[in-house]
Amino acid sequence: MARNPKHRDLFPGALEIMVLKSLRLKPMHGYALVKHIKQVSDEMLQVEEGSLYPALQRMLREGWLESETGVSAKGRPTRIYRLTDAGLKHLERESESLQRMFAGINRVLAATS
Amino acid sequence: MKFLNRLFTRRRRYDDLSVSIQEHLQERIDELIEDGLSREEAAHRARREFGNVDLIEERSREAWQWRFLESLLADLKLTLRRLGKSPGFTATVLLTLAIGIGANTAVFSIINRVLLEPLPYPQSNQLVSLFLNAPGAGGLASFRTGLLLSQSMYVTFSDHNRSFQSMGIWISQHANVTGIAKPEEVRTTIVSDGILQTLEIPAVRGRWFSQAEQDPRGPKTVMLSYGYWQRRFGGDPAVIGRIIQVDAQPREIVGVMPRGFRVVDQDFDLLLPMAVDRVHEILAGFGCNGIARLKPGVSIAQADADVSRLIDVWMDSWSNGPGTNPHWYRIWRISPNFHSLKQQVIGNVSSVLWVVMATVGLVLLIACANIANLLLVRAESRQHELSIRAALGAGRARLARELLLESVTLGLIGGLLATGIAYVGLRVLVAFGPGNLPRLNEISLDARSLGFTLLVAVLSGLLFGAIPVWRYARSAAPLMLGATTRTATAGRARHRSRNVLVIAQTAMALVLLVSAVLMIRTFAALRQVEPGFSDPAHIQTFRVAIPESLISDPVIVTRTQNNIVDRISAIPGVTSVGFASAVPMDNDDPNWDQMWIEGKTYPGENPPLRLFNYVAPGYFHAMGTRLAAGRDFTWDDLYGLHQMVMVSEGFARDNWGSAAAAIGKRVRQFSGTPWQEVIGVVEDVHVHGVDDKAPPTVYFTSMLKSPYSRTPKIDVSSAVTFAVRCSRAGTQDFIDQLQQAVWSVNSELPLASVQTMQDIYGQSLARTSFTLVMLAIAGFMALALSIIGIYGVISYAVSQRTREIGIRLALGAQRNTLSWMFVRSALLMTAAGMAIGLVAASLVIQLMRTLLFGISPLDPVTYITVPLVLALAALLASYLPARRAAAVNPVETLRWE
Repeated sequence: MARNPKHRDLFPGALEIMVLKSLRLKPMHGYALVKHIKQVSDEMLQVEEGSLYPALQRMLREGWLESETGVSAKGRPTRIYRLTDAGLKHLERESESLQRMFAGINRVLAATS
Repeated sequence: MKFLNRLFTRRRRYDDLSVSIQEHLQERIDELIEDGLSREEAAHRARREFGNVDLIEERSREAWQWRFLESLLADLKLTLRRLGKSPGFTATVLLTLAIGIGANTAVFSIINRVLLEPLPYPQSNQLVSLFLNAPGAGGLASFRTGLLLSQSMYVTFSDHNRSFQSMGIWISQHANVTGIAKPEEVRTTIVSDGILQTLEIPAVRGRWFSQAEQDPRGPKTVMLSYGYWQRRFGGDPAVIGRIIQVDAQPREIVGVMPRGFRVVDQDFDLLLPMAVDRVHEILAGFGCNGIARLKPGVSIAQADADVSRLIDVWMDSWSNGPGTNPHWYRIWRISPNFHSLKQQVIGNVSSVLWVVMATVGLVLLIACANIANLLLVRAESRQHELSIRAALGAGRARLARELLLESVTLGLIGGLLATGIAYVGLRVLVAFGPGNLPRLNEISLDARSLGFTLLVAVLSGLLFGAIPVWRYARSAAPLMLGATTRTATAGRARHRSRNVLVIAQTAMALVLLVSAVLMIRTFAALRQVEPGFSDPAHIQTFRVAIPESLISDPVIVTRTQNNIVDRISAIPGVTSVGFASAVPMDNDDPNWDQMWIEGKTYPGENPPLRLFNYVAPGYFHAMGTRLAAGRDFTWDDLYGLHQMVMVSEGFARDNWGSAAAAIGKRVRQFSGTPWQEVIGVVEDVHVHGVDDKAPPTVYFTSMLKSPYSRTPKIDVSSAVTFAVRCSRAGTQDFIDQLQQAVWSVNSELPLASVQTMQDIYGQSLARTSFTLVMLAIAGFMALALSIIGIYGVISYAVSQRTREIGIRLALGAQRNTLSWMFVRSALLMTAAGMAIGLVAASLVIQLMRTLLFGISPLDPVTYITVPLVLALAALLASYLPARRAAAVNPVETLRWE
């Protein structure tokens, strides 16, 4: 849901992949997740909370994540999300297919003739 | 499992989500504070960046929900709460629905069992009743059963037919069983070979009769009914092979039939083989019912044609004795007119049941109209809310769904309560309904009835819910369009639906009331008919059958019966005693035969058949049948075998012009018998029920010289019904005394069919009285509902138009005029309803014609009185609210904003 015409929407599934990958590195709570993605992408990507939380719940329902009580960076109680085995498998499958897609797009864009 | 798990952890998920989001916001706020914003600014900005927090939280929750179901459940909770908030409305609606739906379910259960599956035999579509038309046989071939079969007919048809898999004949009688406990008279059904094969119900113990047992010289056997087996033998499995004495004939028990088994519509205790004597049978003796199972693919018309050629074969194969002409029966013009057995059994019960079903259906419709009116009012009060919701984006379907949910919920709860009412209603109907309903004891609330209840509940809910939906669920309706404002009253269109409903109600109520009143008048007309006996409540009747094997000498039989009469006369309180072959309305005609009148000739044809009865002296006195001329028999006449008869008034008038003129005239049964002198004339007796004409009857003494035998022989009625007039008739004490009196004469004679004439008379009226009660109740309910309906509409109109009334009053209108305005609107609606109703009633009543007696379906008195009553009711119903209109204080209404 891009409010600013300068920003574009991610394609469907993109947010889920990035969340899974980030959580693979280490389990995080919601705010940390947002900051992580922003940081690692050098501010090229920005996650909107409005899409993050629904996505997190969907992934919880699918069983790719699990949530547990934990403490935030500031010491307040929060919920920390961690990747499950099923999530891991899904991540690997999807990122592989994603890589192929990007490779294909790149080749088409790079073609001179 | 996952599903259940999810339900329980959902709370936890919602909590987690909440905590996550809140914490997320807090962190952002802290960050912004560190960047230098104030707490307020930081909070403000963080929230704005996040977005609509609540909405996002809700959207996130949706991952754990099924949206449609959640929404429906929420609506349901709201509906229930809203219904709970108006207990008066809810209680009224539920009560009305429970009664309306319950009554329908009860009647449906009966129809389901009685009309749709009246015969519990396999493939009952193949079963036919062997109905014979015989227009030349006069009264012997009744309208209802046609000409019954003789045993010789059975032999001929059974041997030579090409259309039946199996066929047989049966007849119901009674017999005395001795040797087990007290002597007891039981009901028996005598079956020929082929009956059990046709019905195809196997014995639950033992076996059917074998062919050898159907031979008159073969072994004597008997089969028991399930009920009798339980009652007398305690369900003893070793009963097969035991010997019991049936009419003093030892018979071996060979089988027991299953529970609830009847031969067509006859209950029995014992089954006996008919043992038709193929050698000595004669043509005559038309008393048996015939049934057959068609071969697959054979139609009834084909069977008719097949058997009609057998009539001649029958006449050729048998005779009535030397010197008689077998082809004489050609006069009777016997022809087969087979019905499906279902048809025969249902008979005229179906008309009653359909009338009753239509009645309760109409009452339910009227009730739904009332409820629809109530719901319209409710919807109107919610109109503001609904308009806002529509403006906020709710679609028409969404609003409709909510309104319908309320009405369907009401319908379903009403339906639930209705099952309770139906259960009670069934008990009542079965106890008081027409006794000849087939499978009466099997009627209960089964799966189909419950399914019917559910269907009716949902349909009713949709029906009365559809009306408010249609009027109010419009999307994006302009706010408060046409509502009452300070200077305007609600538009006419608003009231039109309600008025239409009231008109419909009134029309239906009129139809019901007209039917009810016609039935009341029918009943009254029936009760006016003099049945031929007086004060039936004080006449005790019972049957005593003296089997030939006990006493074979006819004179001794008569002496025994005479002694019984004497003993009973000695009981204190008994004013008169008598007996006869049959008492009126007992569904039993002793005999029909021709009577030749001396001096009369019958060119080319025979005299018409007349009903015979065999009576003892004192019988008419005991029954209270008036002697119109001449005298009663005496015991001398009886023992002296005098050639005397008595006749009914109708017979006397037909032949000699008056009762007095009949005395001394002579009659005889045919040319071979001596003339009999008419010594007395009694009033007509309606032996077939008061709605049937009293047949002309000839009364013989119960012991007489046999008219048909070559050698001198005495015939006697060994099975007779006693009639005892006593103030204590019907009490158990008295019945015991009667039994003692009979036993003191002969200890092996049981009493049977002990009832008062009132019981018999009441049973003959049962069909009419049952219909009457149903219609009367329905008519009353319809009237009450209509009054409530009219009251509601006028009342509401008054409340809506209060301001208008205030204005009128302020401008100088008279209070009376205002009251009249409302009353007039009520009368107009009623008039419209009545007009429609009268037309509908005149059409509907034609369908009920067979149930009426002594009154025309378009009886003017009824058609004028009922509308007047309804108009009066409407007047009454509108009077109270109209008075309220007159009592309005204009100052208050004009001031109120």
